[in-house]
Amino acid sequence: MLFWKNGHVDTLTIRRARVVDPTEKIDEILDVTIEDGIITRLGSSGPSRLEHRVVDAEGLVLAPAFVDPHVHLRTPGREDEETVASGTAAAAAGGFCAILAMPNTEPVVDSAATLGALVETARHEAEVPVGFLAAITRGQRGDELTEMGELADTGAVAFSDDGVPVASAGLMRRALQYASVTDRPLALHCEEPTLSRGGHVHEGRVAAELGFAGYPSVAESVAVERDLALAGYEGGRVHVLHLSAAESVDALRRAREAGVAASGEATPHHLVLTDDAVRSLDPNVKMNPPLRAEPDRVALLDGVRDGTIEAVATDHAPHAAQEKEVPFEAAPFGVTGLETAFAALHTHLVRPGLLPLETLLERMSAGPARIFGLDRPRVAVGARANLVLLDLEREWTVGEEPFRSRSGNSWLLGSRLKGAVRMTLAAGSVVHA
Amino acid sequence: MIRLVKDDLRPPDWAGSLGGDATDARPGRPRAAEPPGRPPKRHFLSVGDLTQADVERLLDTAHTFEASLERHVKKLPTLKGHLVVNLFYESSTRTSSSFELAAKRLSADTLTVKSAGSSVDKGESLKDTALTLGAYDPDVIVIRHPQIGAPQLVARVTEAHVVNAGDGKHQHPTQALLDLYTLREELGRLGGLHVAIVGDVLHSRVARSLLQAFALVGIRATLVGPPALLPRELPAEASTDIEAIRDADVVYVLRMQNERMEPGASFVPSLREYTARWGITPERLRPGQRVMHPGPMNRGVEIDPRAADSPESLITRQVRSGLVVRMAVLYDVLTGGPVGVQALTAVEVA
Repeated sequence: MLFWKNGHVDTLTIRRARVVDPTEKIDEILDVTIEDGIITRLGSSGPSRLEHRVVDAEGLVLAPAFVDPHVHLRTPGREDEETVASGTAAAAAGGFCAILAMPNTEPVVDSAATLGALVETARHEAEVPVGFLAAITRGQRGDELTEMGELADTGAVAFSDDGVPVASAGLMRRALQYASVTDRPLALHCEEPTLSRGGHVHEGRVAAELGFAGYPSVAESVAVERDLALAGYEGGRVHVLHLSAAESVDALRRAREAGVAASGEATPHHLVLTDDAVRSLDPNVKMNPPLRAEPDRVALLDGVRDGTIEAVATDHAPHAAQEKEVPFEAAPFGVTGLETAFAALHTHLVRPGLLPLETLLERMSAGPARIFGLDRPRVAVGARANLVLLDLEREWTVGEEPFRSRSGNSWLLGSRLKGAVRMTLAAGSVVHA
Repeated sequence: MIRLVKDDLRPPDWAGSLGGDATDARPGRPRAAEPPGRPPKRHFLSVGDLTQADVERLLDTAHTFEASLERHVKKLPTLKGHLVVNLFYESSTRTSSSFELAAKRLSADTLTVKSAGSSVDKGESLKDTALTLGAYDPDVIVIRHPQIGAPQLVARVTEAHVVNAGDGKHQHPTQALLDLYTLREELGRLGGLHVAIVGDVLHSRVARSLLQAFALVGIRATLVGPPALLPRELPAEASTDIEAIRDADVVYVLRMQNERMEPGASFVPSLREYTARWGITPERLRPGQRVMHPGPMNRGVEIDPRAADSPESLITRQVRSGLVVRMAVLYDVLTGGPVGVQALTAVEVA
């Protein structure tokens, strides 16, 4: 289900790294040897065979590389904003060994022909393995289902109308019923459009004071409640995209306890910022769903901690500079995130003691892999090397070095972050160093 | 202080924003390109940027200018040689005409650009229009725009002093200032007054600016209107009952816009229903209660013509205040101080 520029694999030894793999229950200083892309030896420091590359990783953390379940590669249609090549290069720089791309492109990925062409592109260009989601409804128009069977056979990892909600409850029910024959989850953008209508900013004090049309939390949570109820009724598998409201986290927690096959994700920006950031009127803090209030941010963080939210997802949404250099209301929704996700969360959540490093590593790797049925990146003999080498002490300024992404609409431009990706191995190959 | 906003659309620094103070999101870093020793550029973008001292100084300056307008020769040489560009992306009678006249009364050159008939019609972005006009080195750009934050964008990309003449539903700071001026001139004081703001608060930039201005000078505000048009989170008393205007010294009536009744919006069921419940009629006013309206009025909708034209109405007084307050604002952003004696010498007309 993942596609990339196959072929090259590396042989190297990473020496004296602190190896942290929460799922394998490893946290110790080890040497890790990779031969032809496969982890062949995990050991305490010993004499190394120096016939191949040796990386001295003393003081660094080696962990399973990250999996991003929510990326917009803008291809086909807006290759000026991102391509498969640039988006996967950005992913490699951010420590990701696999990413999943959303189908809201121009045209929408709603046919085997469009999906097949993307798969071919990925085989020629993708620096790290990419999976593609296909649309739930044709053209994401919300009125007829796509040919999910053929799309799954062509390689679709899951189905999503991300960017817009499936407004009709009846059609959502049919989608749940039909997706079950493909054994693929539905990834849901939960928004009740008659409640969010025209809203740019969370409905709260900031929107009221600045005069922005409000996009209330309840516009998300009623849709989350609806879709979880339908998933429970049909026994379907659903993944709730970019959770933003406390009420939505509660709904997901209750549904999971009741046995619904539901998962959820949260973005770094929703975990770090609140709608107070909108006072800057910076279009780079405009996204859908909007930044919400402090209790919502705390609820998301609690959800990530207790596992209700199994995945961190960047919702990497590149936009051309001229589209964001406009007044806030005229700007499109979305911010980039692949190259800053780990550093942002390490700086703002792990370092202040709000989230254990192990939990963050799990939610950025094993969690999303599990949800979408991908091989879990792991530090184990015999496993393909999907590894990230992290320098937790290194400080850097976002934007000082050019982005690998074709777009620079980062919510962190100019911020100092602590924690950097030093090396990424994806599918046995060193893709960033 | 009038806030330095050059950096406003630049990347915020959230280093301390976790659970922190909202103001952390506002970067205070000086722009690298700013030559050392140059004072920050003064803009007039939001009432929220003003201090009480700023307001008092501006109202005093306006008062001085008003006295000068009673002379036979009304033109002052104060801003001679300065260029004031009026950039209007929304239709406006009062605001655009009073800014133009204010600049002319101060002897500035003026250039008025309206979106209709300009390159904006051809799809030119606000940034490019601002850069184009900025190439003429204007001293002041006065901008009205339907989108929140447009003046901040212009302030970032040009070297001009920027004056906000209304941005979307966000701010209309010169309107708030002229309303304070009107209240001070006509009621003799500001502190301790009670003003009821009636109508569509949700979509009103005037109401947002007024609430901040009232807080600065100690005026008590009560918001009155239909539930869907009263944002819950604004820092003011609010009531859906028109009886709540009873105790106010002044009833400030907001414009009720037809587009709020579009299908699917349903902020109120109909204008007829609105007028019946919240329309300001002489019967609803106490004797001596003053009435204000920022214009343009929908007579017979939010305000009964008898109330608008009564001796208690301050509506035309507001328009007159607009001219001198805008003179004061132009003067203030360019000079940053109280009006000097020299400024008040009338132009010798040859």
